[in-house]
Amino acid sequence: MHAITTTSLTKRFESLTAVDRVSFEVMQGEIFGLLGPNGAGKTTIIKMLSTLMAPTDGDAAVWGFSIASARDDVRRSIGIVFQDPAVDDSLTGWENLDFHARMYGMKKDLRAARISEVLALVGLEDKAGLLLKKYSGGMKRRLEIARGLMHYPRVLFLDEPTLGLDPQTRHHIWEYIKMLNQKEQVTVILTTHYMEEADSLCSRIGIIDHGKILVIDTPEALKNAMGNDILTIKAADLDSLMTQLAAETWVQEVQRYGDHLLVSARLGEEKIPVAVEIARRIGTVIQAISMRKPTLEDVFLHYTGKTIRDEEDAEGEVPRGRMRKRGGPH
Amino acid sequence: MKQWFNVQVIYALWLREMKRYVRARSRIFGSLGMPFFFLLFLGTGFKNFRPESLPSHIDYLNFLAPGMLAVVLQFGSMFTGMAILWDRQFGFLKEIMVAPVSRVAIVLGRTLGGMTTALMQGFLFIAVAFFAGLKFSGFAGFLLTPLFMIFIAGSFVNLGLAIASMMRDMQGFSIVMNFIMVPLLLLSGAMVPIDQFPVWVQWLSYINPLFYGVDGLRYSLIGMSKFPPLIDAAVLFLFCAGMVGLGAFLFSRSDVD
Repeated sequence: MHAITTTSLTKRFESLTAVDRVSFEVMQGEIFGLLGPNGAGKTTIIKMLSTLMAPTDGDAAVWGFSIASARDDVRRSIGIVFQDPAVDDSLTGWENLDFHARMYGMKKDLRAARISEVLALVGLEDKAGLLLKKYSGGMKRRLEIARGLMHYPRVLFLDEPTLGLDPQTRHHIWEYIKMLNQKEQVTVILTTHYMEEADSLCSRIGIIDHGKILVIDTPEALKNAMGNDILTIKAADLDSLMTQLAAETWVQEVQRYGDHLLVSARLGEEKIPVAVEIARRIGTVIQAISMRKPTLEDVFLHYTGKTIRDEEDAEGEVPRGRMRKRGGPH
Repeated sequence: MKQWFNVQVIYALWLREMKRYVRARSRIFGSLGMPFFFLLFLGTGFKNFRPESLPSHIDYLNFLAPGMLAVVLQFGSMFTGMAILWDRQFGFLKEIMVAPVSRVAIVLGRTLGGMTTALMQGFLFIAVAFFAGLKFSGFAGFLLTPLFMIFIAGSFVNLGLAIASMMRDMQGFSIVMNFIMVPLLLLSGAMVPIDQFPVWVQWLSYINPLFYGVDGLRYSLIGMSKFPPLIDAAVLFLFCAGMVGLGAFLFSRSDVD
């Protein structure tokens, strides 16, 4: 049995199709990532899988339970950390967890033992008695992760788990997620628009754009499929250089992007002098040239034709601060 | 099978409400302020205000106090609706809604929590009014007070719940609530005996459920009422039951965010 199976899952809002016939599986025990820009439909998928929103079409099973017909079984099987904080600021950390445990019908002894256990897991034992309004953003996030684990869920949903956190805190959260995936043997499905996050955390990644999943594979396989090194070239006359390069047999792919060209080729370091020679021959000046191994950013660019930052600029959406007012479909 | 009457869930929600209440001192004193000042300034300022329908042994402060108690309950209950919108805005409603519990249990927990805080405000107000000069008519009547208080709180907690379930923003909620609450208050006879009104306004009072709450409280506290307390209680109970149904229905249909 898969931890999650979706079949043609679809969500339409009036004129917008937020999630478009999405089908994928999440294996038991893995950390699965949905990578895509804001507005791609990631949060909508999470909301449907966690029974907070009914799909317009299609179905999904979470831990074998249908999100349409066995909502309470689904709810018992999952833990969830929402994109925006969902804690009660006037309660302490301990009280937030206790509230959660009672809502999930946990008995008194088990409650107390489990609260200490999950607090230790995220390193918040000594902050248990502090009101949540005194917590930092990173501490709140950790408490929410601990809370998501309280009732021994099989599947843990993390919607943009490190959005709005500083880089150091982000790395800490990654460590916690990896560790609890091992220790608690919980399947994790997370959404993110951070390439490094997907790369370092996920066993498999689904790239999602405009409500569709474009490809699913391990980060390594996705990068290896790009196959080649990537040359970034800035030059005075990009157009003629591009035409010229496209004709070369050693060039696998050339894309113009902004004020530079991205050229994929094998043995990239040996191709730098070749490219410089070509530029000289057609009489243009290369201003800068560099070579790197493919990253998820290149994978994303390959499948969507845009970088993730482009898309977000185009949608007029910038990553929002965690305390901003929210609303509307994400 | 889902347990719609889940005691542990109801208790968890009630307990949370209690913790929030005792930690928000501004709310405790803030919501007592308005009726207290009314009592103080109207009660003393209009000491010699003698409507014909007011018996000679009852001064205006004693007439006013039960009415102001109803106001405390009415506005105190409204906070539940506010709390729902607050939870929605700060995301906590999702944490509640994603739990494997029935929405009826959630409504019950919230209602009981809201009623308890409103009742605590009410008893606090009675104590204040007592020191300001409220004289109780008798012990038997006084025992009836909590009954009317519970009906009033139950009605308005659920009215707040119902309206909050249909609203998204807090400003809108306050405006709608004031639009409903203020006419109900002015027509309830809390401040002026309704015999002072023209007849057609009196009829508006008779269809105002809060009028029966004020009348019942006045009977219980100072032994004076327009209708027999049984009629007051019956009308108020029906209104309360209707509001509980409406609140539960609209809340369970409402979106999470």
